[in-house]
Amino acid sequence: MASKEDLYQQFVEKAQLVSAKVSSIANEDDALEYVINLCGEKEACQLLASGCEADLSDKAEALCDAKQKKVIAAPGLKADLYKKLSAQAKKAGFDCIESGMRDHLAGIDIGFTFAEYGIADTGTLMLDCPGEELRLATMVSEFHVCVLPKSKIKANSYAVEKMMLTRMKKTPDYLAFITGASRTADIERVLALGVHGPLELHILILED
Amino acid sequence: MQKAHNLKEYREELRETLDNDFLRTTLDNFAIAYRAGRANAFKDMDVRGLIKEIADSKDAAAQDAEALYQEFKKNAEAAGIHVHFAKDGDEANRIITKIAKDADCKKIVKSKSMTAEETLLNHDLEDAGLEVTETDLGEWIIQMRHEGPSHMVMPAIHLSRYQVGDLFSEVTGTKQDTDIDKLVKVARRELRQKYVEADMGITGANFAVAETGGIGLVTNEGNARLVSTLPRVHVALMGIDKLLPTLHDALRIIKVLPRNATGQQITSYVTWITGANECLAAEDGKKEIHYVVLDNGRSELIKDPLFSQVNRCVRCGACANVCPVYRLVGGHKMGHIYIGAIGLILTYFFHGKDKAKNLVQNCINCEACKDVCAGGIDLPRLIKEIHARIQDEDGHPLPSMLLGKVLKNRKLFHTLLRTAKWGQKPVAEKDGFIRHLPMIFSKEHSFRALPTIAETPFRDWWQKNRPVVENPKYRVALFSGCVQDFVYPEQMKAAVDVFAANDVAMEFPEQQSCCGLPVQMMGETKASRDVAAQNLRAFEPEAYDYIITLCASCAAHLKHNYPKLVMDKPSLKLRADAFAAKVIDYSSFVNDVLKVKAEGFTKSGEKATYHAPCHLCRGLDVHEAPRELIEKSGMEYVECAEEEVCCGFGGTFSMKFPELSAELLKKKLDNVESTGAGVLLTDCPGCIMQLRGGLKNRGSKVKVKHIAEAMASNRK
Ligand code: SF4
Ligand code: SF4
Repeated sequence: MASKEDLYQQFVEKAQLVSAKVSSIANEDDALEYVINLCGEKEACQLLASGCEADLSDKAEALCDAKQKKVIAAPGLKADLYKKLSAQAKKAGFDCIESGMRDHLAGIDIGFTFAEYGIADTGTLMLDCPGEELRLATMVSEFHVCVLPKSKIKANSYAVEKMMLTRMKKTPDYLAFITGASRTADIERVLALGVHGPLELHILILED
Repeated sequence: MQKAHNLKEYREELRETLDNDFLRTTLDNFAIAYRAGRANAFKDMDVRGLIKEIADSKDAAAQDAEALYQEFKKNAEAAGIHVHFAKDGDEANRIITKIAKDADCKKIVKSKSMTAEETLLNHDLEDAGLEVTETDLGEWIIQMRHEGPSHMVMPAIHLSRYQVGDLFSEVTGTKQDTDIDKLVKVARRELRQKYVEADMGITGANFAVAETGGIGLVTNEGNARLVSTLPRVHVALMGIDKLLPTLHDALRIIKVLPRNATGQQITSYVTWITGANECLAAEDGKKEIHYVVLDNGRSELIKDPLFSQVNRCVRCGACANVCPVYRLVGGHKMGHIYIGAIGLILTYFFHGKDKAKNLVQNCINCEACKDVCAGGIDLPRLIKEIHARIQDEDGHPLPSMLLGKVLKNRKLFHTLLRTAKWGQKPVAEKDGFIRHLPMIFSKEHSFRALPTIAETPFRDWWQKNRPVVENPKYRVALFSGCVQDFVYPEQMKAAVDVFAANDVAMEFPEQQSCCGLPVQMMGETKASRDVAAQNLRAFEPEAYDYIITLCASCAAHLKHNYPKLVMDKPSLKLRADAFAAKVIDYSSFVNDVLKVKAEGFTKSGEKATYHAPCHLCRGLDVHEAPRELIEKSGMEYVECAEEEVCCGFGGTFSMKFPELSAELLKKKLDNVESTGAGVLLTDCPGCIMQLRGGLKNRGSKVKVKHIAEAMASNRK
């Protein structure tokens, strides 16, 4: 059997292959700091770089205009952690939300989540998101930042099969494998990230 | 979509696409990049084993489809999902339209679903006054262009960024850039508001898992997650072929599907939906979910002993990715709605004979699709079988019927060949080529010179010159095939020379005839059976250690098809099995059985490159032996680009589609010439005919030889 360290190495290598940005963190506070910094550094609306100056149809423009402030969404976070994040976000001048994602469909800056498991052989995150808020946070965010406890990295999808089945049988359920950012190669087979979902996926591996 | 009424119209359509430089370049680049990407994605994996497991599990699922459906339905319903069964496409569309009406939906967002393409769902929904938006980028593009997909995984692969830029300018009412990244962002933002407005989302399903009553969706863009999350109603349309007993079966397919489709280890998203999950846009906070399970001929198909394997298809599109014909003409011409090799088959079953009858003839039988298929489906065989079925229903065209009749009668056939030798006299050149093409060939055939019939056929030479081998190590029978017997007997003689020198005693059974592959290719199943029986009777398999043929196509046909062809005749079947077990190709015999050594040959150091015949490298899985022999026979082997890609001969294919054959040949010869080698070696007389004729036509100095000839002439 592969050691914990081997699995971790393999996970990092595979996730980076699909352009995920992987970092190690020592504790949950590090994760909050990472999110706040990232939100501060990123352009107000990441799409600016590659789309906002381009004119859109009126309806699409209107939706974009609905967004005024940088937003971090962290639905499903543990209460104490959310409180900390929210306070830090406020200090930095960002909105922090844990619900009401449907009011932010134009996009939010950062979706902050915790993964249930990591799958080493493909660099995949397994996220169970039966709740709509969490699901949307991972989809309409421009950057998705996800914490993965190191101990939760499993060798391959067969190794998470049992866990998946347990969840699936507690219906209703909505479970996802996420590997890298949203991507397409539909125009001339040229890879472009962020077609519908996040433009970037940041994985923070938590030593535990 | 396939519109041509007859082969002539179809050929005209093909000619037009051949002129589309953008398409050709894109598909060329794709074919080459794909091969490398796939190999890399499967590195260190037991691909064959995995494909076998998938085939077995899908076969079992097909046998159990009814029970699986019941279990799936029960579990899904228990979790609050509505499950519907639709016997055909119209019924599926009616059910979905009714769901939309009942739930008072107006706007629909869709995530890519081949099944919905199959039923032409959008048309019916739009006719019912619903607004439908495809959200998969490629699908959205072709939807706005009112086209069908040209690839299963990359539906808009036929379009350039400029065409997309123009289209988006139209859609947004403002001039758009042609930078792909920007175009993608425009789509992202335009489509985002479509999700917001939609009250119904439609997806397909890659898996319908009976044990959970849930579905699995595989996407890269993530649109399936939005489509199944934002609107208050979700409909998933899936064929019964998507039913699997367990989650494990699905996880196994995921190991192969993305790797085979695009060379990715896994797609960005795999989404598992079980039960009517939370939806904050719905009054009761719960999403209304419907599964529409479609039959549309599938249950008939899985009862068919031969065609049931079609159920194994996971829609990875790989069979198109490797198809040399698809690479030339693209999906709009190599399919109707489903494209590529599987498209030719599914078109017949889902869209009817008329749509399929021209398409199925456009397969060169190179077996590249079979080799790559995630479900291990014998696609070329099924394509040929459909061709035969259509001919049985519609009547057989005169040429194929005549050929069938002639081949069934060996004496007549051989007499004709001998007579042809006299007939060709006025047009025969000394160099072994025919000067002008006979009148029966049109101008399109002039891309290669054709060989003349040999002065003395091998069988006549043999009678006078058969070598006596004292103390033989092996006893073998030679199967010459018609081309080497009557056109290139020198190849057989070269083999005889090497065999005799290595203490191999040989027989040449007189009653043997053409292997029958040409008539099989033309859909003349009956004739192909008769010819097989004739050859089986001509050989006494017990009397030899091996049955050797220097023709890769004959070898593969004798080995793999004979036992199938005589399946219904028990006594002959036994003989065919024994016969097939002893069939071996020249290179494998000389390299692996005789184990000839380099010491036996003069080292000329001459540069030689190699063309791998389809039926040798894929048909018989022989790869190393010929290359090792080139080195052993004293030459320097230089690898040629795309060595295992078809040369475009395909027997009767090159007669039916000369333009396509010419293009495939051109690519092959360009690759050959750029190796700088003076000699091109191969081990199939059909390929030799094609390659030599093409090189002669372009005035090339490269000599084409059978490996046996190179070995005989360098033998010390
Ligand atoms: S056998 Fe070759 S030509 Fe025919 S469909 Fe398959 S890949 Fe295409
Ligand atoms: S037939 Fe095989 S290769 Fe073609 S799409 Fe289906 S599974 Fe893939």
